[in-house]
Amino acid sequence: MANADSTPVLELTGIGKEFGAIRALHDVDLQVLPGEVVGLMGDNGAGKSTLVKIIAGNFRPSHGDIRFAGNPVHFSRPVDARAVGIEVVYQDLALSDNLTAAANVFLGRELKRKFGPIALLDHKAMAARALELFGELRSETRPDDLVKQMSGGQRQAVAIARTRLSNARLVMMDEPTAAISVRQVEQVLGLIHRLKEQGVAVMLISHRMPDVFAVCDRVVVMRRGEKRADKPIHQTSPEEVTALITGAKEAA
Amino acid sequence: MAMPMESPITFSNVGQIKWWQRGIFASQTGYVLLALALLLVIMHFASPYFFTEGNMQNVAKNFSFIAIATLGVTFVIITGGIDLSVGSMMCFSAMITSMVMTELSAPGSPAGALFVHMAADGKTVVANVPGLILLVSILAGLGVALIAGLVNGFCIAVLGLSPFVTTLGMLSIVRGLGYVVSNGRGSFPGGPDADYFYAATSGDVLGVPVPFIYLVILALTMAVVLHHTSFGRHVFALGGNEKAAELTGIPVVRVKIEVYVICALAAGLQGIIISGWLGSAPANMATSYELNVIAAAVIGGANLAGGIGGPLGAIVGCVLLEVIRNGLVLAQVSSYWQQTLVGVIIILAVLVDRIRSRMT
Repeated sequence: MANADSTPVLELTGIGKEFGAIRALHDVDLQVLPGEVVGLMGDNGAGKSTLVKIIAGNFRPSHGDIRFAGNPVHFSRPVDARAVGIEVVYQDLALSDNLTAAANVFLGRELKRKFGPIALLDHKAMAARALELFGELRSETRPDDLVKQMSGGQRQAVAIARTRLSNARLVMMDEPTAAISVRQVEQVLGLIHRLKEQGVAVMLISHRMPDVFAVCDRVVVMRRGEKRADKPIHQTSPEEVTALITGAKEAA
Repeated sequence: MAMPMESPITFSNVGQIKWWQRGIFASQTGYVLLALALLLVIMHFASPYFFTEGNMQNVAKNFSFIAIATLGVTFVIITGGIDLSVGSMMCFSAMITSMVMTELSAPGSPAGALFVHMAADGKTVVANVPGLILLVSILAGLGVALIAGLVNGFCIAVLGLSPFVTTLGMLSIVRGLGYVVSNGRGSFPGGPDADYFYAATSGDVLGVPVPFIYLVILALTMAVVLHHTSFGRHVFALGGNEKAAELTGIPVVRVKIEVYVICALAAGLQGIIISGWLGSAPANMATSYELNVIAAAVIGGANLAGGIGGPLGAIVGCVLLEVIRNGLVLAQVSSYWQQTLVGVIIILAVLVDRIRSRMT
């Protein structure tokens, strides 16, 4: 359980977003504490992805404020969000199949060694660091293997290792357990526990009720662009969450 | 390859991929290289002339004439793009180079006055450093290639046009401009620096043709750039998964523009070298060479879907094409068969790779 008196790593107040005449999000307040795993649930079109994209810096909110670790932040590009310590693991994982695991982990922030005016890649250092990260995540993944040849769980580990590189303080995972095998789901949930152990806050966006109930401390339910519920996981049930998602129950 | 460091992980479920199942051994380039070696052996027994010094020099020179452009187009193909304008680009750069050289070497012209003057006995004399005219004219030729490459890159990366359509348009634009500036007559490198020009493009050093030396230097540079710099890494990432490249913060637009510029410059340089060998830059020079260049890249293992390719493959593809051409001539087979055979080889090379990747 997260420490109650620590500053929230992420604090949203009154976040709203309009696309022309369409109101995608309305007055969303949300706090995420360090080391907390928050499940974000909702049906298609409930505003989950819009919310995630605002936090990740893909969209700017039409209304409201974002505070990160107590400081107000304004993101105009995803790079800005990454700079303060927000990482996103995308649903399709955003991996290049033709590159090795280590190359994917370091994509866009390669380690280099200077030889006079030329900077060459430092393959050894990258492989060593990637191996270390896979070790932390307890995933049997070789840094020099091509991602093409990897299992779903290994690919997930590569995508998560990427977020560990920058010592991210908030990791958002978009449907990490969709379309992978039961054993691999176990691995991914294990990876989320590893992140939590290291004090990283995790936002898990998922449709899969058992996964959310297995790893999350708190569940947030969105419907029609609004936050309908925000409850500790042990005070709710899959039935109640389902009712909130479908609208059978208006709010809790 | 053994893991060089102390491994913090024990691999109980994940086996190590065997050395012969990774890297070059598991690539189309590897298979085609093997086929090439086999072909060389066959040629050796089929014709006593094949491995003579003269013929080898001839082969080395001939494949160098398309190989530099193939290196350039390989960059583009790795990112998942295509450049059809290389043939026209070769012609246009060569033409501009020889026209600028002729213009600068004419004592009467306004530009020429800076570089040459007429001596008392009516001979043209270089006014300043020897070789300066050559340098300026080659830079002019590469300059137009740079501009065409920038336009290609801008249309594809910034405006989001399809590479096929953009470069098909550029093929026509550049070829057309070539006819416009030359009025359809070719141009000839001339003036006091022409001898340097021929030496730098079609001469040889200790029996090795100069174009071949350029090719080796450029190929080695390309290997380092592709595998040991972050630019090269980004080129591969772009071809593997463009969306991922964008999400991880790779400057996708810049990398794309850069590869089209590299490709155009390589084609321009190639054209200038060819014109040195031909002794002129005719307006219909290098027509449809883009097809040979792309064919060579694909035979050598560059994947048109992106993400795979390299300098070794590009060269192997070019050598294979040239050895077949050369072999057919030595075997006194009608050279009209060459094109047919090249087509068969393109399909075979890709087919073998497909079968291999199905098996593993």
